Amino acid sequence: MQKGFTREAYGEELVELGKQNSNIVVIEADISSSTKTCYFAKAFPDRFFNVGVAEQNEVMIAAGIATTGLIPFVSTYAVFASMRACEQVRTFVCYPRLNVKIAVAHGGITPCTDGVTHQATEDLSIMRTIPNMTVIVPTDYVMTKAAVRAAAEHIGPVYLRFTRDEIPIIYDKNMDFKIGRSFKLADGPDVTLISIGDMTYITLEALDLLKKMGVSATLIDMPTLKPLDKAAIIKAARETGAIVTVEDHQINGGLGSAVAEVLAENCPVPQQRIGLRDTFAESGDFNLLLEKYSMSPEHIANAAMRVIKRKA
Amino acid sequence: MKTDINNVTNLEKIANDLRIDVIKMITLAGSGHPGGSLSAADIVATLYFHCMNVDPANPNWPDRDRFIMSKGHACPVWYAALAKKGYFDRNRLDTLRKINSILQGHPDMLKTPGVDMTTGSLGNGLGAGVGMALSGKLRKKKYITYVLIGCSEHDEGVLWESAMSAVKFQSDNLIGIIDYNKLQIDGFNSQVMPIEPIMDKWTSFGWHVQRINGHDILQIIEAIDAAKAKKGLPSVIIADTIKGKGVSFMENKYNWHGRAPTKQECDLAIKELAA
Repeated sequence: MQKGFTREAYGEELVELGKQNSNIVVIEADISSSTKTCYFAKAFPDRFFNVGVAEQNEVMIAAGIATTGLIPFVSTYAVFASMRACEQVRTFVCYPRLNVKIAVAHGGITPCTDGVTHQATEDLSIMRTIPNMTVIVPTDYVMTKAAVRAAAEHIGPVYLRFTRDEIPIIYDKNMDFKIGRSFKLADGPDVTLISIGDMTYITLEALDLLKKMGVSATLIDMPTLKPLDKAAIIKAARETGAIVTVEDHQINGGLGSAVAEVLAENCPVPQQRIGLRDTFAESGDFNLLLEKYSMSPEHIANAAMRVIKRKA
Repeated sequence: MKTDINNVTNLEKIANDLRIDVIKMITLAGSGHPGGSLSAADIVATLYFHCMNVDPANPNWPDRDRFIMSKGHACPVWYAALAKKGYFDRNRLDTLRKINSILQGHPDMLKTPGVDMTTGSLGNGLGAGVGMALSGKLRKKKYITYVLIGCSEHDEGVLWESAMSAVKFQSDNLIGIIDYNKLQIDGFNSQVMPIEPIMDKWTSFGWHVQRINGHDILQIIEAIDAAKAKKGLPSVIIADTIKGKGVSFMENKYNWHGRAPTKQECDLAIKELAA
């Protein structure tokens, strides 16, 4: 399967957007070669502002710029944007509903070998709770380009989370990305797997394992965590009666929680959550971390088997 | 620009009117921050009624000068100035901090005409000012961005991040004004968290630094003119002020940072200010 870096797609798409819209500016915090805003910096040096290792000021500058009608993309790592600059995002971007895009690399445990300080495993929970914020985790290289474009066109704050390493390309170039819309990647009556971001390709592997066990599962890829595609969740719950959520994040507060909220209020069915189970991870190879922290395809398949048994 | 004595007298009168409004508003609201509003009154009056190029009928005019009240808790004096300037009806001042009001406890740019940036959590206004200044340069606009900074904001790390970046970006269209009343909630800066030597700090960060009496209108005007004339680097004006200025029993009292006057105290304060 062909692979691509989502952060690479972001960097490339920014340049395209920059050509078409002179209002697009980029604020970077010293890691442009990693977040791939280096391409934009080269193409549009007068619209690229590197503030050094200072994420709080980075977000404040973006907020100030946005008040004048420009569209700033703030780039850093997910863990720093969501926590080091959390208050600036909440109070000075989301509260005044400013048109700032927080586009961040190294989501989840994808900066695996760097260890916990650089892994972002609470960011989706934090960002999802803030009013006026839209939260998107694109699934692959192709979707990332469409999502970055959609974020630029959307008026208001957006949190876009990318990954560190190359991941398989699932979508084709003509995919129709819309904020708030999920994608059904497989259809089956026994159970529904709902995944987000880089965990979707892992969940596709789980789907194959389930097939071998004679289980026919539905797979919903949920790149927009907020606003959540509630209708798709309710429909899947009604049709399959069991849900497994899969995310590269704590099981608390992120996709698993968001889906559980929808189920509890609309269509209560058994659910299992895959993700970090209220624990920090550690340094190590990404696949070994998935294995150790119960997030591998095998764990997902086992969770599906468990939740099927719980069906009424 | 020569400033005649009549203009200065007029600005002094406006500042005094703003102080009276501040006392009335906070008393009616039953909560708020009189001390830091009174210390900033002369600066705010001079900016809005002399220095700033704004159009109250068109608060979002792209070429307007910007004002950010980084010490957002002093917003009553800002609201009083905006009302006096004609951004909204004076009667609105009576609704400060009440439900459904356009006048929030701390400034909200979506609710209040003329408020250029939401503020209230300390240390953050300067960064927003750097952003506005960057945008102005990028689009070749002539506007100036003014940021009013409280002395206790110097305790916040992000302020220094912003201070560093304004120099990197040569933001000579950005003017910081420090309302240096030397008091914060728990007491004097010198006891809670010393910020001296404040001039050396800003100078070492690369800013053009001036120091003035923040209650002397002429000094405020001259310092802003000098700041505007300085090219290639941002300017900061350290304005020595008195917390609670104009009301004898509030002056230099840290416990007047964040409490409302009683009806009796209000009458007494207004009597002094109106004298």
